[in-house]
Amino acid sequence: MSYLQLLQLAAPETILVIAAFGLVSADLLALRDLDPPFRRIICALIACTGCAAAIGWMVALPQQANVLEGMLVVDPLTRLVKIGLLVLTVFTVLLSVETDFTPHVGEYFALLLFGTVGMMFLVSAEDLLMIFISLELTSLSLYILTAFDKRNVPPTEAALKYFLFGSAAAAITLFGLSLLYGIAGSTNLGEIARAAASRALRVVQDGDGTVRTLIDPLLAGAIVMTVIGFGFKVAAVPFHLWAPDAYQGAPIPSAALIASGSKVASFFIFAKVMSTGFAGAEGSAAWQAARAGWVPMLAILAGASILLGNLVALVQTSVRRLLAYSAIAHAGYMLLGVMSGAGPGLAPLLYYALTYSLSVIGAFGVVSIVQQRAGGDRLEDFAGLSRRAPALSFCMLIFMLSLAGIPPLAGFFAKFYLFSAALGVGGPHLGLLWLVSLAVAMSAVSLYYYLQVLKQIYIVETPAAPAANPPPGAQFTLVVLAASVVALGCVPGLLTERLAAALRAAGL
Amino acid sequence: MLAWTIYVSFLGAAALMLVPRDNTRAPRLIALLAAGAGLGIALAGAFQAVPGELKTIVKLPWIPSLGIQYHLAADGISLTLLVLTGLAAVAGVLFSWNVEHRAKEFFALYLALIGAVYGVFLSFDLFLLFVFYELAIIPKYFLIAIWGSTRKEYGAMKLALYSFGGSALVFIGLLAAYVTAGAKTMSLLELARFPFPQGFQLWAFPLTFVGFGILAGLWPFHTWAPTGHVAAPTAASMLLAGVVMKLGAYGCLRVAMTLFPRGLDDWGFAVLGLASWRGLLSWLAVIGIVYGATVALVQRDLKFVVGYSSVSHMGFVLLGLLTLDPLGLNGAVLQMFSHGVIAGLLFAVAGRMVYDRTHTLQLAQLQGMQLGRLLPFAAVTFVIASVASMGLPGFSGFVAELQVLLGAWRAFPLLGVLAGFGILVGVAYSLRALQMAFFGEPGPAVAGAGAHPDMAPISVPERIGALILIGASLLIGLCPQLLLNLIAPSFASPLFRELLKGAGP
Repeated sequence: MSYLQLLQLAAPETILVIAAFGLVSADLLALRDLDPPFRRIICALIACTGCAAAIGWMVALPQQANVLEGMLVVDPLTRLVKIGLLVLTVFTVLLSVETDFTPHVGEYFALLLFGTVGMMFLVSAEDLLMIFISLELTSLSLYILTAFDKRNVPPTEAALKYFLFGSAAAAITLFGLSLLYGIAGSTNLGEIARAAASRALRVVQDGDGTVRTLIDPLLAGAIVMTVIGFGFKVAAVPFHLWAPDAYQGAPIPSAALIASGSKVASFFIFAKVMSTGFAGAEGSAAWQAARAGWVPMLAILAGASILLGNLVALVQTSVRRLLAYSAIAHAGYMLLGVMSGAGPGLAPLLYYALTYSLSVIGAFGVVSIVQQRAGGDRLEDFAGLSRRAPALSFCMLIFMLSLAGIPPLAGFFAKFYLFSAALGVGGPHLGLLWLVSLAVAMSAVSLYYYLQVLKQIYIVETPAAPAANPPPGAQFTLVVLAASVVALGCVPGLLTERLAAALRAAGL
Repeated sequence: MLAWTIYVSFLGAAALMLVPRDNTRAPRLIALLAAGAGLGIALAGAFQAVPGELKTIVKLPWIPSLGIQYHLAADGISLTLLVLTGLAAVAGVLFSWNVEHRAKEFFALYLALIGAVYGVFLSFDLFLLFVFYELAIIPKYFLIAIWGSTRKEYGAMKLALYSFGGSALVFIGLLAAYVTAGAKTMSLLELARFPFPQGFQLWAFPLTFVGFGILAGLWPFHTWAPTGHVAAPTAASMLLAGVVMKLGAYGCLRVAMTLFPRGLDDWGFAVLGLASWRGLLSWLAVIGIVYGATVALVQRDLKFVVGYSSVSHMGFVLLGLLTLDPLGLNGAVLQMFSHGVIAGLLFAVAGRMVYDRTHTLQLAQLQGMQLGRLLPFAAVTFVIASVASMGLPGFSGFVAELQVLLGAWRAFPLLGVLAGFGILVGVAYSLRALQMAFFGEPGPAVAGAGAHPDMAPISVPERIGALILIGASLLIGLCPQLLLNLIAPSFASPLFRELLKGAGP
C-alpha cells in the first residue's frame, strides 16, 4: 500500500487537519486586527468548509479498506459515524460564533477540529495502539478547550479536574491495554478476542457437578481497567466526578462537544472494544442467572449511573449542572446498548447517541444565549423566557422533552429502540428486565427536572420585559437542531435504515 | 376520514401558533372550528359505522425494521369515545370563551391535548397508541400550571408525574410483550393473537392494568385526580375528568385486558380470600367507588366534591370492565361516555359559571350568596347534572351504572352490593353540595363572602355548552340503544374472544 492510497483513505481526517492549520494561519496572518465577531465568522466558515469537504469526500467516494490489520478501518459503518461526528462538530462550531470568551479565535476553532480528528480516528481504529493514540488526541484537545476561558476561575478549575481525572484514567487504560497485549501478543482486537476466548476462559466443574466458567485473573484485570478508562470518557458512575464541573465551567461550545461528539465516538469504540475484543468473556447480567464477565460489570455501572444521575439532577439549580447529571443518566441508558453486543445493540446505541447529541448541543446553545443575556445559568435566569424569545423557548421545549423521552421526539424512539434491544438479549427470556425496568422508572423521574426548566420558561411570569431576539445565526442553528430532533423522532427510519444498512455492510 | 379528527386538532393547534399574540378573539374561534370539525367527523363516523366491524382507516408501515405501523382503526368502543371527545372538546371551548390571558397558547395546548386523545382512541398499533398517550401528558401539565387556580403548580406536577409514572409501567409491559413475541410487530391485532405464557401474563397484566388504571383514578393511585381537577382551568378539568380519565380506562380494556387475558386467571393460591388479579383489582375499584363518594361527602370545596365524585364514578368503569360479563362491559363503556358528559357539566358549572363570578368555591362562602337566585341558569344546570350524576332514570348515568351493577351482581355479588351502597352515598354528597352551593340560607355574613352585585349573567356560549352536554346525557339516557348498538357488537369481535372465554357467571 502506497502512501498515496493511505492518504486517500484518511482523506477526511487530512482535510480537517489542513482546514485547522489553514484556520490558524489565516487568523495569525490576516485576521489579527479585525473585529472579534468578524474573526469568529471567518474562522467558523473555514472550519465548516473543512467539515463539509470531509463529508463530501466520504459521500462522493465510498471506500472500504482495512489498513495494517485494524490500524485504520474504513467501511460504511465508520463512514456513517464519522459523518455524524462532523455534523455535530459543525453545529458546535456554529454555536461558537456567538460566544465571546477568548481573543484566541483561530486556536479555539483549530482545537475543535483537532478534537474531531481524534474522534474520527478513534472510530476507525481496531487496534489498541491506534485507539489509545486517538483517545489521547481527543482528550488533550478537550482539556485545552475546557480551559480556554482563561479569564475566569471556574473554567480553569474544571479543566484541571478534567485533566487530572482524565490522565489517571488514561494511565489505567494503558495498563489494561498492556495486559491485553500480554494475553494475546497482538494489539489487534480480533486477535485479542481469539486469545481471550480460547485461553482465558476456563470451564471448571465443582465437586457437586455444577459447571462454572471462570475468568482468567489477567483478563479480568484487563477488562476492569479498560472499562475504567472508557467509563471515564463516557462519564459513567463512579468515574463521573469531572463531568458536573466540566459541563458547568467549560466554555459552552466546549461543553457541547464533550457532551456530544466525544460521547458518540467514545460509546462507539467502547462497544466495539467490548463486543469485539472481549467476545467470549461477556458473562451475563440476567436476573438470577448472572455469570462473570464484562456484561454484569457494565450492568452495575449502568444501574449506578441511571440512579445517581437522575436523582442528583433533581436538586440542581444550575441548568448546566442539571444537564451534566442528566448526561450521566443518559450514559447509563447507553451502557445498556453496549451490553447488548455489537449485533443487536450497535444500531440502537448509535441512534441514541446521535439523537441525544443533537438535543444536548441544542440545549447548550439555548443556555449559552440565556447566559449571555441574564448573566448566569441558574433556573431563575430562564424565568419568563417564553415571553421574551418564543422561538428560542420552543426549541428548548423540544430539546428538554426529547431528553425526557416524550414522543414523538427522537429521544422517545431512541429509548424504545435501545430498551427493546437490551430486553431481547438472550432470546425471549427478558433477562435484563430488572435493569430496563429501572431505566424506564428513572426516566419517569427525570421528567421532573426537565419540567423544572420548562416551568421557568413557560409558567413563571416576569414583569414585562422587552423582546430579546437571539442572534439570528444561533437562532437558525437551534431551529435546525430542533427540527432534526422532531424529524428523527417522527421518521426514525431516516437514520435507522442507514444504520442497519451500514451494519450489514460491516458484517455485523 | 376519522383520522382527520386527529389531524384537524393538530392543524388547529399549528394554525394558532401563527395568530398574533395580542389577538384574543381569533384563537377561540379557530379552536371552536377545529373542535367542531372533530365532533362532526366523529359523529359522521359513528352514523356510518357498521355494528361489530373493526374498520381500518389508515395502515402504513412506519418503522418497517421494527414492525411498527401507522395503523388507525375504529370499532364501536372507539367511536363512542371519539364522539365523547368531540362533545367535551366543543363544550370545553365554549366554557373557555372568557380566556384572554395568553389565549393563543391556551387553545393551542388544548387542541394538542384533544388531538392526542383522538389518537389514542384510534390507534391499533401499540407503539402509536403509546406515542399519543404520552403526547397527552405535556399539554395537561402546561394547561394546569399556567391557567389553573388553587395550588396549580403542585397539582400540575403531581398530575404529570403520576401520568408519566403510570405510562412507565405500561411502557415496561409493552416492551416485554413486544420482545417476548419476537420483536417483530407492535400491532395490537397480531400481538393479541400471540400466546403469551401464562406466567408472563400474570405479571404483565397487573403492570399494564395498573399503569393505565392510574390515569383512570384507580384507588389508591387516584390522588392526582382531585388535586389536578381542582387546580385545572375549567376547560382542562372538563377534559381531564371527561376524557383523559377515559384514556386510562380505555387502555385497561384495549391493551391490558386484550393482550393479557390469561392474566386475569386465578393465581392458584389465595391470600385473604383473593385468588386472582381480577378479584384484587375489582376490590380496589369498589373501594374507589365507596371511598370517593364518602370523601366527597365531607369536602368544603365544590370542585373537590366533583373531583372525588369522578374517582367514584370511574370506579364503576373499572368494576364493569373486571366483571368480564357482557352486561358489565357494555355498562363500563357506556359509563365512560356518561361520566365524561356529566363530569364535564359539573366542572363547567363549578369552574366557569360559579368560580369565575364568585372567585371562591368554598361551600361555606357560597352558602351565604344564594346563587340559586343570582344565577338561576347555573343552578338549574347543576341540579340537572347532579341528578344525572346520582343516576336518575332518564339520564345516561342510570343506564350505565345499572348495567355495571347487574354485571357485578352476576360476577361478584358482594361487590355489587357495596357498589350499590356507593350510589346511595353519591345521592347524599350530590344533594349536600347542591344544597350548600346554590340554595343556602342567607345566614350570617361569612368572611370574604361579600356581596357580588356585578355578578355577570350566564353568557350565551356557556348556555350553549351546557345545553349540548345536557342534551347528550338525556339522549343517551332515553335512548341508550344509540350507543349500545355500537358497543355491544364490538365485544363479539375476535379480539375479546380469549378474554370472555373463561368468564361467565
